[in-house]
Amino acid sequence: MPHILEVKNITKRFGGLTAVDDVGFYVDHGEVVALVGDNGAGKSTLIKVISGVYKPDAGEIFLNGSKIHIESPIDAINYGIETIYQDLALAENLDVPSNIFLGREITKKKAGLIPVIHQEYMLEESRKVLDRLDIEIPSFKSNIRNLSGGQRQAVAISRSIYWNAQVLIMDEPTAALGISEQKKVLELVSSLRKQGIAIIIISHQMYDVFSVADRIIVMRRGIKAGERLVKETTSEEIVSLIVGAETVEKK
Amino acid sequence: MTQIAVNHKNLSAETIGKNWITLFLVILVIVFSLIAPAFFSIDTLQLILFNGTEVFLLGAAELFVIITGGIDLSVGFVMGFSTIMSSKLIVIFQGFGLPPFMSILSGSLIMLVIGLLPGLVNGWLVAYLRVPAFIATFSMLGITHGISELMTQGVPTKNLPSLAGIIGNGSFLYISPDRKIHFFTRPQVARGQVVVSILPNMVVFAFIFILIFSFLLSKTKFGRHLYAIGGNIDAAIRSGINVKKDLLKAYMISSFFASLAGISYVMKYITGKPDAGADLLLDSIAAVVIGGASMAGGSGTMGRTILGALVIAVVQTGLRIIGMQTFMTYILVGSILIIAVILDQVFPNLNR
Repeated sequence: MPHILEVKNITKRFGGLTAVDDVGFYVDHGEVVALVGDNGAGKSTLIKVISGVYKPDAGEIFLNGSKIHIESPIDAINYGIETIYQDLALAENLDVPSNIFLGREITKKKAGLIPVIHQEYMLEESRKVLDRLDIEIPSFKSNIRNLSGGQRQAVAISRSIYWNAQVLIMDEPTAALGISEQKKVLELVSSLRKQGIAIIIISHQMYDVFSVADRIIVMRRGIKAGERLVKETTSEEIVSLIVGAETVEKK
Repeated sequence: MTQIAVNHKNLSAETIGKNWITLFLVILVIVFSLIAPAFFSIDTLQLILFNGTEVFLLGAAELFVIITGGIDLSVGFVMGFSTIMSSKLIVIFQGFGLPPFMSILSGSLIMLVIGLLPGLVNGWLVAYLRVPAFIATFSMLGITHGISELMTQGVPTKNLPSLAGIIGNGSFLYISPDRKIHFFTRPQVARGQVVVSILPNMVVFAFIFILIFSFLLSKTKFGRHLYAIGGNIDAAIRSGINVKKDLLKAYMISSFFASLAGISYVMKYITGKPDAGADLLLDSIAAVVIGGASMAGGSGTMGRTILGALVIAVVQTGLRIIGMQTFMTYILVGSILIIAVILDQVFPNLNR
């Protein structure tokens, strides 16, 4: 069976700097892959290539075994590849349904002619999707700015999965969250995995990585420094891969 | 019990805070009525609405761009340009032998199309060339002013058909002393008898457009997207909203409303002059901000903007009725604007 998402030989240069150098990896249904590495290791650049923000200088992307061309963020979304950035990309001045349906609002015909926003339908669907994630939001009609960090994260995740994401990319989902909310978000990731979604997660937190990921891909200075199954590795090994200690030892 | 009482108190404080502008409006009306008892009448209300027509229209104009986080400094002089262009067109059509009503109608309609141009340029500069809105629209202020002056050479436009003034200063309906209702035409009555006129034509004209665009803003995808752009432009872009196109439309709507204000002015005063709307830039921005919108974008509604414009219109006409000089209006409107902004800074949750 082909992998749900596979990237091969991705290279991305910015002027003289090679941010991502010939990197390939894959992710399967119901699997969480963690992408780790130091600042500037190329994790974010790699993610932005997959989500259509950057065009790679070389490399190929395959979805369910067939080659796809991602030219823009919209292309990625249309392929079912949703990305949740660190800033969550929520409009804080709008309510929960407006954010879940941002840019894809559902309309109904008023007087059989004019398409108007179907607020009740969007509210109902938002409830359903947040129920599916087992997340409680005090009021769906309150603006995002009145929600906690974890609730915002949940809204951002809901928005992605509502549109039937096959692949969900999360950039530092637990940064800027309180301890209990971090736990909640990690539980969310686990429950999404059970629902068969392929998840790529970028994280600095070893604890997060080891508690939710199945596989870890370590990046260092633009190259893939290593790949380990969580079951078969330790955080010490991962840290040494991140900083490059292991290669030094081998020399 | 204490807890409940405290909550109740907070709730009423919040309600007052959210509606401070309504409260302020009520106080204004009471003060003016105490100074000049004649102030409190249906006629004064109609006069306020009549005098404020252009403020309502320009407030609506400004609202669309302020929601996106922008600003349109050109509305006043686009309005001035519209008074010149539309009156020239009407006079030209009349010269072709068109009947007065048809001349007015064709001149106004063509003006509304031409009136989209300044907005098209503003929007294109802001959305596609990333010129700051302040600079783009400030330049447009100068350009439209200059074009207007070139077209008039310092002489206000004249020779408009008298029908323009009849429409512009007429009312939607009249009630004659025998309680008959007449639409649009003032009935001839004997001396000493009073005809009650209801709803000035230009107010009706303005509110038709304001209602249509209010619907657009609050009920359609386009309206929702404008709020999203003002709230978080990156989120709007990443969610696939065509931000550039929507921004372009917002600036075009702004300039469309400014043209409407120009046409309204021509109908009321039967002339056009380049600086017809020069004083109204302050009013237009003040109306939106007093109505609770943040200059940072993402908030503001048509209803509250109209309320903000109404406060300005009440101040304008009220000061005139109690015999104050007109420029007192500028001082008061400026002060209320500052208070509104301070309130927004100190109590950021008031309007959210």
